[in-house]
Amino acid sequence: MNPGLEIQMVAVIVAAACALPGIFLVLRRMALLSDAISHSVLLGIVLGYMVTRDLASPWLVAAATAAGVATAALTELLRRTRLVHNDAAIGLVFPALFSVAVILISRSVGNVHLDTDAVLMGEMAFAPFNRLSIAGFDAGPVAVWVMGGILLINAAVMALLYKELKITSFDPALAAALGLSPTLVQGVLMTLVSVTAVGAFDAVGSILVVAFMIVPAATALLLAERLRAMIAWSLGIAVASAVAGYHVAVALDANIAGAIAMTLGAVFAVALVLSPRHGVVSVAVRRWRQRRLFMLQMLTIHLLHHETGDEAGRECAEQTLDQHLGWSPEQVRVAVRRALRDGLVRREGPLLVLTDAGRARAGEVLEGLTV
Amino acid sequence: MNLIALVGNLATNDTLQVVALGSVGLGLAGGVLGTFAVLRRQSLLGDAVSHAALPGIVLAFMLTGTKAPLVLVVGAAAAGWLATLAVLAITRHTRIKDDTALGVVLSVFFGFGLVLLTYLQRQPSAAKAGLDRFLFGQAAAMLRGDVVVIIAMGGAAIAVLVAFWKEFKLLAFDPDYAACLGYPVRILDVLLQSLIVAAIVIGLQAVGVVLMSALLVAPAAAARQWTDRLGVMAALAGLFGAGAGMLGAVISSTTEHLPAGPSIVLCASTIVVVSLLAAPNRGIIWQVLRHWRHQRRLGLEALLCDLLELATHHHDPEHGHSLSALAAMSGGRAGLKRRLRELHAKGLVRPVGAGRWTLTAAGRIEAARVAASHHPARHEDGCPT
Amino acid sequence: MTAENRVIPALQVEDLTVAYRDKPVLWDVDVSVPPGVLMAVVGPNGAGKTTLIKACLGLVRPAAGRVLIHGRPVEAQRRNIAYVPQRGSVDWDFPTTVLDVVTMGRYGALGWFRRPGAAERERARQCLEMVGMLGYERRQISQLSGGQQQRVFLARALVQDADLFFMDEPFQGVDATTERAIVALLQDLRASGRTVICVHHDLQTVPEYFDWVSLVNVRLVASGPVNEVFTPNHLRTTYGGRLPFLSQRADPKERAR
Repeated sequence: MNPGLEIQMVAVIVAAACALPGIFLVLRRMALLSDAISHSVLLGIVLGYMVTRDLASPWLVAAATAAGVATAALTELLRRTRLVHNDAAIGLVFPALFSVAVILISRSVGNVHLDTDAVLMGEMAFAPFNRLSIAGFDAGPVAVWVMGGILLINAAVMALLYKELKITSFDPALAAALGLSPTLVQGVLMTLVSVTAVGAFDAVGSILVVAFMIVPAATALLLAERLRAMIAWSLGIAVASAVAGYHVAVALDANIAGAIAMTLGAVFAVALVLSPRHGVVSVAVRRWRQRRLFMLQMLTIHLLHHETGDEAGRECAEQTLDQHLGWSPEQVRVAVRRALRDGLVRREGPLLVLTDAGRARAGEVLEGLTV
Repeated sequence: MNLIALVGNLATNDTLQVVALGSVGLGLAGGVLGTFAVLRRQSLLGDAVSHAALPGIVLAFMLTGTKAPLVLVVGAAAAGWLATLAVLAITRHTRIKDDTALGVVLSVFFGFGLVLLTYLQRQPSAAKAGLDRFLFGQAAAMLRGDVVVIIAMGGAAIAVLVAFWKEFKLLAFDPDYAACLGYPVRILDVLLQSLIVAAIVIGLQAVGVVLMSALLVAPAAAARQWTDRLGVMAALAGLFGAGAGMLGAVISSTTEHLPAGPSIVLCASTIVVVSLLAAPNRGIIWQVLRHWRHQRRLGLEALLCDLLELATHHHDPEHGHSLSALAAMSGGRAGLKRRLRELHAKGLVRPVGAGRWTLTAAGRIEAARVAASHHPARHEDGCPT
Repeated sequence: MTAENRVIPALQVEDLTVAYRDKPVLWDVDVSVPPGVLMAVVGPNGAGKTTLIKACLGLVRPAAGRVLIHGRPVEAQRRNIAYVPQRGSVDWDFPTTVLDVVTMGRYGALGWFRRPGAAERERARQCLEMVGMLGYERRQISQLSGGQQQRVFLARALVQDADLFFMDEPFQGVDATTERAIVALLQDLRASGRTVICVHHDLQTVPEYFDWVSLVNVRLVASGPVNEVFTPNHLRTTYGGRLPFLSQRADPKERAR
């Protein structure tokens, strides 16, 4: 297989593996915990290396995962003291752990391949050079196997705990009442996030892991109404952006993970503007339509309220409606024209008078609105 | 390494003086402005803005071709400001929550910046190396020009904050009320946000993106524990930030293989830990002590009530009650003797024969007072459990 | 009618419609409140009571209609209006003291850049005394009970020297003593010619505490003096069928005893 295809394969697998746990991070409003965890796994890697002195040791992954879970736990612990808010707790924990890691690297591991630049940025282009060979047979890049395994684990755990994850995300109190431990589910999720962050480290670095985890889920939130649909959208967006981002990177001769993050951002921006339900355009159109309907309703209700009583002459005159309703004369003109067309009002000299249909409409609106 | 050597180093080492001054300025600005970020629950804004600043830095370089600190800081500020506006727009107009919006903006901006940076690095042109220094920070390489920018911009940001102190305080505490008093809340909000962005971007070069967020959060979070006044909190946060900056820079300069950025952050983190533990009233140690004292007082009061109850059953105030009777009432012997000794020392109980105890006259009055006052009823006589 | 028409109302709400996003919360509400009354705004949850107050204060923009305060728009009357928000609307762990919070009431009169001085603090102390909180000036606000926090908010409004007060559930979560103290204070304000408008939840105490009432449920059901407007009929319209205790509503004189 040529290196380009292999890199794309790695990109697709990393993107899919990250997108899965990201969905629940977004739903639980813990998106930035991914940032914290992806930074502090570095500490685990360093500590693991200092013990084993072997960068390929599987213990490194275990140590890094433990560091990630510890970050989540420390944050939670700090929050429970009620001395700092949740956001400050995250902002206190991970820079400290990250600093320790950086200091340890420069003091004791100095000359080994563990420079901070690679940690922060990652380099997917190197993936094909690190190959797995089984008994002399070339089995492809190691990253494909590692991230493929993590993808499978993520998918399997989420399939197994689908119901639990769903309930604890939407209603932790209900989950606890049903005997599902939110803490346990949380722990499992944090472990998945940590393992994924560790695995994605070489390829995308610690900062862009955030993009890979959060952006597909955030985009899906704009496009989907149900959890299953959200998962499907997230995976689709992740995979498509990985492939497209790779080609952008090749064209610009730039960092691949960065280009994928950029592509994810572009997809998010498109969804933000064009999503049929939650997009800025459709919301604006809907608002505009509803506002027109709403003004029509306001007009009928205003006329209904004032059709009897001695102030009717003042309140219902077409000329002075703009003052009473605080609308511009143009707005009044549009609303009156529509009301006349729909047969809700009729002109009686200078006054606007509700027709029976108009009275019925106003009554309906009020009926439907009373709390 | 002792303190005198550290201070001596500071007095003689010219490079260190520059680095220390810059770090102090950063810590001061980060601490003072971070106070508002932390109180408004925007602690992670620093994280987001500092990452999002990358494309601004690279673009500023691409457009001007210089690496003058002021140019790059302006580029960073523009991108950081755009990022906060993007977060605001996303949360206001869609159902995406603020943490997700921060994550999206942070990582996408950073990705974009990384693409620009790597694109630039692979172009055959000179003078581009060293841009990444802005990202990961190299406090030890700080120059006079950097320090001038830090002090000028940090000073300006603090000056504006002080000028609008009253308004910002009101905005942070009760924005609706501020609007009622006729203050333009939106404009004030944007102004305060801009000041915070300024404090973040001037620090990128010295301590790097990851660690700058710590300088915004840690000093303020620590200062909050020591005081209940906003002004004192901001001043303390500035002091803590400056102290961490100075200490971190000095320690790093005198120790081999100890980068300044992480060293500063660890100093700040240490201040946080000490504050969380030891700050009077709020600190964890105080909380534990208070809880422990409260438990002990309750234990003594319960014992007094038990003795009073036994005495009323006996009609003989002089009758001594055995430890086992008392243990049966209070549900265990643990600490019983210690509590009796304490009450004895206060003159509220006295021993009658071996291992038997009764209330003194003063003890009876005290026990009756306790029983009558603040405790919810255990029995009809109202003794604490 | 004639006598009332000549007096400029303290608050005049005309054809007010407010919508949050697309959902209307108030429909074409007209309320006119004469000066010197103590008015309750009553209605079920979600009926738009708080929205009505916020619209009067200019905190939410109406979709239609206008609000006049002593005959002029809100923006021109900021100095004459005081606001007591719901207690839950702020972070009580904020690092500030009782005296500090009360002094905030003077910020509007101070204007830009000027700092509160001895005169402002003295005025704040006077108002703290009026609400029975003198001696608590240096307390951090989280160390207060709910009732005390409410009194602090009240003192902050008093400090503004306004003549129209808007209060959002001033009795929410306060103890009986505080409730009595607050009512006495509100009645003093009325006696000195001020106008007070309260969002109120407890129907039972309306006739006892207030002399004017507006019944709101998305639209205005009725507004006027309590003895004319606070009728079982109007209440039924306001609350729909969900008013089981209406028949047992105690006579105010009975309760006072």
